[in-house]
Amino acid sequence: MNHWIIAPVVLPALLAPLIGYIMRHDITLARAASVTGTLLFAGIAVGLAMLASLDGTAQVYRLGDWAAPFGIVLVLDRLSALMVLLTAILALIVLIHAIATEWDAKGRHFHALFQFQLMGIAGAFLTGDVFNLFVFFEILLIASYGLMIHGGGKERMQAGLQYVVLNLAGSTLFLFALGTLYASTGTLNMADLALRMSEMPLEDAAIVRVAAMLLMIVFAVKAALFPVQFWLPGTYSNAPAPVAALFAIMTKVGAYAILRVHTLIFGPGVPATEGMPESWLFAAAIVTIAIGALGVLGTRRLMPLIAFSVIGSMGTLMLAISAFSPQGTTAALYYLIHSTFAGAVLFLIADLVVTRRGGDKLTPQPPITENGLFAALFFAGAIAMAGMPPLSGFLGKLLVLDALRNPADIIWAWPAILAGSLVTIVGFARAGSVLFWKSTAMQPAAPTSDVEDDTPAPKPPNHPRAMALAPSFAALAILAGLAIFAGPVTTYVGQTSAQLFDRQGYVDAVLNSPLNAAPNTKVIKGHGDSYGDDDAHIEGHEDTGDRAADEPATEDGGH
Amino acid sequence: MEMLVASAIGMLTAGGVYLILRLRAFPVILGLALLSYAVNVFIFASGRLATNMAPILQDGVESYTDPLPQALVLTAIVISFGMTAVLVMVSLGAYLERESDEINVPDPDRDLDEERNEAEAGQ
Repeated sequence: MNHWIIAPVVLPALLAPLIGYIMRHDITLARAASVTGTLLFAGIAVGLAMLASLDGTAQVYRLGDWAAPFGIVLVLDRLSALMVLLTAILALIVLIHAIATEWDAKGRHFHALFQFQLMGIAGAFLTGDVFNLFVFFEILLIASYGLMIHGGGKERMQAGLQYVVLNLAGSTLFLFALGTLYASTGTLNMADLALRMSEMPLEDAAIVRVAAMLLMIVFAVKAALFPVQFWLPGTYSNAPAPVAALFAIMTKVGAYAILRVHTLIFGPGVPATEGMPESWLFAAAIVTIAIGALGVLGTRRLMPLIAFSVIGSMGTLMLAISAFSPQGTTAALYYLIHSTFAGAVLFLIADLVVTRRGGDKLTPQPPITENGLFAALFFAGAIAMAGMPPLSGFLGKLLVLDALRNPADIIWAWPAILAGSLVTIVGFARAGSVLFWKSTAMQPAAPTSDVEDDTPAPKPPNHPRAMALAPSFAALAILAGLAIFAGPVTTYVGQTSAQLFDRQGYVDAVLNSPLNAAPNTKVIKGHGDSYGDDDAHIEGHEDTGDRAADEPATEDGGH
Repeated sequence: MEMLVASAIGMLTAGGVYLILRLRAFPVILGLALLSYAVNVFIFASGRLATNMAPILQDGVESYTDPLPQALVLTAIVISFGMTAVLVMVSLGAYLERESDEINVPDPDRDLDEERNEAEAGQ
């Protein structure tokens, strides 16, 4: 048992109260602590990613050293390590942007909430127990409520209220799904659920199917999938821009949960739910792409435009996931990394543009200072999001198209993705030309007349320019890097999806018993004092790299 | 007893959904509270209904009730309680900012429409 696995959860959990209570009056100290904490978080994430790809088996962290179906476990496999690493890099970019543009000083407790947010996201990626997944969802949500209304203001409070209500309703649905699942299977451990589901006779499958679809709706709310995508434009466009950029990973939490739960537990080959998640997800993803593309074309403000493009990218991602095949998942994971950074960088660039313009209306206004620089940045971000070469969006969409070559899929999926991309390009091109080109045709006049009533008049930003631009450039560099190193990255995500589809391996790692083992092993484990023996027998399966936890376990096992 | 518990869950859920659909802050808070009560009872019942049975292993006891849903429901109660408190604060903040307790976000383009109408009227 390697204790570093729980570090991404423990570190922000310890840091956040420190920032919230001790450093609440000193923004400089809070910034320093938050950046240091996020850097450490990123370091741990890199270490975990290396650990996960070291020997290719899932590593299990048993909380309190209780054996798997009884205690709660965290599971580190390539997928969860990849997602935590993605979170860490995005968090660093967003945090530096928030500090450089002084968003974090517009309200209180930004950094404490930010760390709690990281804790919840990391926990959701690492957990191996569905009820624990619910708990981490609540942690990341309650932090996101605070971040969402950070800075206040009429529109934002209103959008925040809608966001809170929607997610509370979603959480209730999550609990209903978990209750249904527990009532029909008697367990909430993911590996144990996978085991029970594969053995479930067809005549008992009805209730489990309900649970599977309820869970899918819950995750679809997070992932902004049709028909529960309606909350996203209002939320993202009214959230503080760095928070909206961080929320790029929150939709991916939903995608990850669908990928994990509906592959591992209700996955392909499970007779009880055979084919059901796939077909629903496929149809929903197609409609989501259409909504995203039409929204990009139809909206008349910059922030909702980006929010709709995020919806479109989630549709493409879900389309790849809905194949539930190793190849589809490889494409989905590559596109997931890409779309996280593409969505985030667009929000960051839009933030810089909107502060300079004084509003996000897509109407011609006198040009902002350094119009060309921001036009170039927006152009690059739009290229990435729309999926044009040379950035990684093109390769991502190509991989997705390639994965969906099954004749039944091709007639819906290809036109949806290609037409969606075209419409998105048109929408972004129109927005960019209004923002940056039509503006240059106007006389530079006093900009006060067009300023929105409910937002304070824009002050010329007085923060250091390089610091404010660096995060956007870093994110664009990552997108370019994703395209340049597409070979190694696809190899890595290919191994990740291969491991994800090795359900037997996951179950073995968590429960230490093959799928076909005698079912009475669990009965033996049920007696209180025998779990020490289990641990002794676990050691044989585990790799080395675990020092501290070995000793008590072997002592226990030696009686 | 099954009938009683099932109908109680059903009525709480129906009332909760109805109140949420009112789309005003106060009824929605009450509706979400009702829904969370419903789901708490639901989770509690997911371990099967049993009366007068021990949850923890004891000598000489033959039949047990499932202790896990009780632990789950405790977690769910704590979380929903905290979330309701957050919701009340956020809705109070939104109400004080806007003097309106509607849940839905207004159409983001409405002031653009107003501007255009004004411009057309001006011409």
